[in-house]
Amino acid sequence: MIIALAVMALGAVVLGAALGYASIKFRVEGNPLVEKVEAILPQTQCGQCGYPGCKPYAEAIASGEAEINLCPPGGMDGVRKLADLLGRDAKPLDAEEKPKQVAIIDEQTCIGCTLCIQACPVDAIVGAAKQMHTIVEPLCTGCELCIKPCPVECIVMQPIAENLDNWKWKYPVIDIKRAA
Amino acid sequence: MLRNLFKFKGGVKPQTHKAPSVRMPIGEAPLPERLYVPLHQSIGGIPDPVVKVGDTVLKGQRIGAADSWVSSAVHAPTSGLVQDIAEHVAAHPSGLTTLSVVIEPDGRDEWLPREPVDYRALAPERVREMLRDAGVVGLGGAVFPSHAKLTAAKTVPVEHLVINGAECEPFMTCDDMLMRERAEDIVRGGAIFRHLLQARQVLIGIEDNKPEAVAAMKAAVAALGEDHEVIAVPTRYPAGGAKQLIRVLTGKEVPASKRSTELGVQCFNVATAYTAYRALAHGEPVVSRIVTLTGNVEEPRNWEVRLGTPMRDLVALGRAKADTARFLMGGPMMGFEIPDLAAPVVKATNCLIAGTPAMFPAPPPEMPCIRCGSCAEACPHELQPFEMYWFARARNFGKTQEYNIFDCIECGCCGYVCPSHIPLVQYFRFAKSEIWAREREKQAADAAKARFEWRNAREEREQAEKAERLAKAAAARAAKPAVTVSAAVPDSAAASVPSADGVALPPSTDADAAKRATIAAAMERARAQREAVQPKNTEPATAGQRREIAAVEARRAAVVAGTPEQADAPKRVEDA
Repeated sequence: MIIALAVMALGAVVLGAALGYASIKFRVEGNPLVEKVEAILPQTQCGQCGYPGCKPYAEAIASGEAEINLCPPGGMDGVRKLADLLGRDAKPLDAEEKPKQVAIIDEQTCIGCTLCIQACPVDAIVGAAKQMHTIVEPLCTGCELCIKPCPVECIVMQPIAENLDNWKWKYPVIDIKRAA
Repeated sequence: MLRNLFKFKGGVKPQTHKAPSVRMPIGEAPLPERLYVPLHQSIGGIPDPVVKVGDTVLKGQRIGAADSWVSSAVHAPTSGLVQDIAEHVAAHPSGLTTLSVVIEPDGRDEWLPREPVDYRALAPERVREMLRDAGVVGLGGAVFPSHAKLTAAKTVPVEHLVINGAECEPFMTCDDMLMRERAEDIVRGGAIFRHLLQARQVLIGIEDNKPEAVAAMKAAVAALGEDHEVIAVPTRYPAGGAKQLIRVLTGKEVPASKRSTELGVQCFNVATAYTAYRALAHGEPVVSRIVTLTGNVEEPRNWEVRLGTPMRDLVALGRAKADTARFLMGGPMMGFEIPDLAAPVVKATNCLIAGTPAMFPAPPPEMPCIRCGSCAEACPHELQPFEMYWFARARNFGKTQEYNIFDCIECGCCGYVCPSHIPLVQYFRFAKSEIWAREREKQAADAAKARFEWRNAREEREQAEKAERLAKAAAARAAKPAVTVSAAVPDSAAASVPSADGVALPPSTDADAAKRATIAAAMERARAQREAVQPKNTEPATAGQRREIAAVEARRAAVVAGTPEQADAPKRVEDA
């Protein structure tokens, strides 16, 4: 009886020590789920979800605070991917889905106030005080954060048109007229 | 000389329809009214335009310079005037536009002085550069810049150089006619490639349904005293695929992960060899190509067409019959429908087929896949199309990649044999372009994230630096006024207002006076600076620009002088 108790107690101590050691040795900094969620988010850093950037939103999703349908640039596709990852239901997007856009500065109207430069989260606007500003299109994520600060309303969003570089073969559809 | 040939797995035997277009010799297409030469005609970078609107160009003059190693130059196909450099509809299934140089021919067709070179006397690197600047690309249809394929692997010597004259695609006869009529130049071109690659042996593979071409090539090889071997290969689509022809002639199977040079073999189309020879030995860059015009036309024939000729002008030469419903560029197996005949003939245009609903009937309705496996048997790359179809249809693109969708050459054999009439290749093209688009988006997102993080780090650093600066200034202030205040007004210590950070300020009257003096000094400095400023960037302004600037300045002066209180910002913006 006593021997049995002693053996069990010893086992408990040894295993407890092993677990304690493992939890220190293999400690994971931060929540690994955050990174997976962040990889799905489109990184526009637009704040349309109500969080200041994609990473804070990813953290909020991972901790269960935020819904997964708050990211308009990610679209319904992004919601579905998040639902798959987290095992939650794919809710309809909490905003209207927009085509991919890019900001354009009307350089004739620009007064060189630098407010948009300060607002751009990805440094996609070049210019200096009292000098013309312009947008580096390949870097623009279409977040619209530069529109509001502009005092002369010279920034507009333009949908990215289809061109030979981004053209895609379409999903084959069955011609119903012909099949009938 | 009986040679042991190998077989590739799969393939199909569609009707060839080649006979109608080989009855007449290659014709010289007349000069069109206008040429639309797209700058981007090959795989790789987009050449930069090197001519301006209003320039006069000569035939063979470079109008687009290669912008990187995998890129190829573009030349004026005739002499004339550059009317415009603008977007024009491209020879592409989408019907979208591409940047093109519009040339109005002057009718003289005058060549730029041609400088033949002896490639044997030049360094191989120089020859490759010359081929790039002559616009020599793979004319079989893939338009990969040839110079980029002409470097042997470092470790493996090139044993076989394969010259591809198989032309397995139905309807197409441009390579056949080229071999019949200009065999010697092709053989000489093969010798150039052989010299650059230091290849041990040259094998010219031609499908055995082209006996005239085989005979012509054999005669040319004998006449030139070369030891190239001309081999008739069994007719079976897609024997003209590079990997398939290499397999048939050498028995080597090129894995997806390797280049063929790593196995000591390289493959070029006959037309590519021909243009390489013309480029070096005659100094003629690629300004035209042979195009088969066939199908539902009165006069099916091969034409030597200047690049940039609108397809409409080419079709007019063959006189399309009234019931023609659509036009295909390339063959019926791998080609695509041309949405707009305003599109120009480009280096990839090997064949133009006028089609009627009877010739190319609408596909019967797609039925469910019964997993019969016919497609897998027909696939020359030993893929499993039915599995790839399943996942492409479900948009499960990761799985399609596991089934090696990027090894698919889109030859169309699977769809050809499918008893359920499933447009398999369309599904694969869809999946491939989706995967590419996602890859692009992923890269853009990663770049945006990196830039965002970098920006945040920079802002934090700047804030820290600012705080440090302020702290230093505050400390300096704290040290100095403590002395002056105690020395000047020892009694009024109570009057000095302690600021938030505990720094004692001098009494308010003194402070105001000092402040006013500082402001006056600053305004004086600003005025001096304003006066010292000279207008910049006015040197290269044209007369018109100067007039505009003068008008704007006059308006501004009038506004400032007349009603300064009304000259607010929006008003000025409107004026500007």
